[in-house]
Amino acid sequence: MLEQELIPEGVKRCSPGKFAAWIGILLLFVLWGLCAAFLIYGFGLGVTNLNNYFAFGLWIAVDLIVIALGAGAFFSGFLKYILGIDELKNIINLAVVVGFVCYTGALMLLAFEIGQPLRGWFGYWHANVHSMLTEVIFCITCYLIVLCIEFVPIILENRQIHKKPLFRNLAHNFHITMPLFAAVGTFLSFFHQGSLGGMFGVLFGRPFALREGFFIWPWTFFLFILSAIASGPVFIMLISAIMEKTSGRKLVPFSTKKLLGKISGLLLCIYLFFRILDVWSWASGVLPRTGFTFDEMFNQFYGQWLLWLELGVGGLLPAIILMTPSLRARSWLLYTAAALACLGVVVNRYVFAVQTLAVPVMPFDQWFAYLPSWTEWGTTFMMVGYSALVVSLAYRYLPLFPRERELNA
Amino acid sequence: MAETMQIREEFEIKWGMVIDVDKCTGCGACQVACQAENNIPPSTQSFNRLESVHWLYVYKLDNGLPYPDNDIAYLPRPCMQCGNPPCVTVCPVIATTKEEEGGIVSQIYPRCIGCRYCMAACPYHSRVFNWFDPQWPRGMDKTLTPYTSVRPRGVVEKCTFCHHRFQLAKRRARAEGRDPHHLREEEYIPACAEVCPTGAIVFGDLKNPRHRVHQLAQSEHAFRLLERLGTDPQVYYLSRRSWVRRQGDNHVQKDQQRGE
Repeated sequence: MLEQELIPEGVKRCSPGKFAAWIGILLLFVLWGLCAAFLIYGFGLGVTNLNNYFAFGLWIAVDLIVIALGAGAFFSGFLKYILGIDELKNIINLAVVVGFVCYTGALMLLAFEIGQPLRGWFGYWHANVHSMLTEVIFCITCYLIVLCIEFVPIILENRQIHKKPLFRNLAHNFHITMPLFAAVGTFLSFFHQGSLGGMFGVLFGRPFALREGFFIWPWTFFLFILSAIASGPVFIMLISAIMEKTSGRKLVPFSTKKLLGKISGLLLCIYLFFRILDVWSWASGVLPRTGFTFDEMFNQFYGQWLLWLELGVGGLLPAIILMTPSLRARSWLLYTAAALACLGVVVNRYVFAVQTLAVPVMPFDQWFAYLPSWTEWGTTFMMVGYSALVVSLAYRYLPLFPRERELNA
Repeated sequence: MAETMQIREEFEIKWGMVIDVDKCTGCGACQVACQAENNIPPSTQSFNRLESVHWLYVYKLDNGLPYPDNDIAYLPRPCMQCGNPPCVTVCPVIATTKEEEGGIVSQIYPRCIGCRYCMAACPYHSRVFNWFDPQWPRGMDKTLTPYTSVRPRGVVEKCTFCHHRFQLAKRRARAEGRDPHHLREEEYIPACAEVCPTGAIVFGDLKNPRHRVHQLAQSEHAFRLLERLGTDPQVYYLSRRSWVRRQGDNHVQKDQQRGE
């Protein structure tokens, strides 16, 4: 069978040689990560720049980031299948694929991050119901199963696989049950996105992260959900735009992108309202109560500029662009706003994972700074390479975009 | 605050420590004794608290004033065995507990998955991670004691108030027909307290009026580290110097007098 026969009917893809070269580049990233993985598993986590003060570093930050950005998968599913916004059918397949790589990628990094990866299953066996992390372990793995179930019918849509009656019928049945899985995915995602935030808000020994809250849920629980659903849709839109630029083909109607931008803009406004309230209540409530001032939470390396970058450049600015119809109608502004909204969530997750640990809590202790080692970068880029690989393969061999033919006619 | 995420349990015995900072010379004997007693592998990085495995670390405090008013103090920091431990609730696999063992916060090495969430939760940096495999140079393995298990790489460990000594003391009391839950003061002492040349570290049951720590903890010069966070440590410090007491916690402008 020719490779050409695997490509969806009626669409154009680059030559096999060009595609192989692209895959080769991605495999170089994977190779870099494998070298780092060899050292990490061979010698221990001492080959990273993590230490007794920075127990969390790049990996946890990236895990939080990709899970937040991967929220586009569950949220688009929720909007399409539960709220019935049909326009999103143009991007829902990509949302599932991106969600899948984000979550599998996050689990891949966790396999490096935990000191005893072979004991990972203890999370189920010896589950501590008081720990937010337990909830994260359960929900993320359950949601990954949902993502797999959502990914299967897309794979079954492949031109050759779809010819087989069994697989065709299977795909059809999967599609029928999809609203159910969208609902399950939404339920699970709300909880683990929240618990990832709760993980930090409950740290009553770390005033930088500590938050007041509602019952057992600190405010970070709700803020992480809101920021994830605000940035997730535009991240998917951004990925589709990058795919359009690199392939030179129109894949998603601009109206769908604008709609995603509008949805994200609205959610970003809601999120920012609560996030600014959160910063104010933290600075005026939690910090003085624990004996700290706002200024003491920052130093030259972990400066206040990170907070302003998150709230201003990565918050207010994209919110204004996305909420102004004339601005989001310009593609370059829409994409810029999307990238800035993603930047906002990146900075937010980074400071919660790393700056939380950098702030000295004992008065006689000192600030330390953390920069990731090449082994941490290598494994992280391996995850990025793997993600690009899966998306590239899906784009080439699966009918991800239902309007592609029409848009390029 | 998310109060329900915290654990507050009272136990019949509450092992505690009172460390007189004014008596501590910073000699480091407690650190060495702790290393030897608990099979902590030797390291060229022993004084690097970011990289090394250590259960007890001696911090140097400075009053920040220029000569001739400059003053320093040394503050040994074991695990605080918090009454409300921030580390216990967060562990996803119940690898660390606070139970009927005199309120000592345990660490179950074979169950720890090495996620280090407990390290992130502890404001005292009492928890350390095994970044590499533990190694003893040839011959030094003879110094290993049979009482404390060695830990593999990839797990978190911490001070246990030499819990094995508690077990031995209870066994001895049982053998002698005495109540193992009412030990005499000198029967169970961690290695650091035993070895301290100036007697700066006093150990005992904080709830037992016959133990010295019971009175010392109530001294007007006593303070605990980061009390405002609500961790309720079982380790107390003593100092007659107000600037030392003040460095036991963080204070904002309006509570200038706190700790003095």
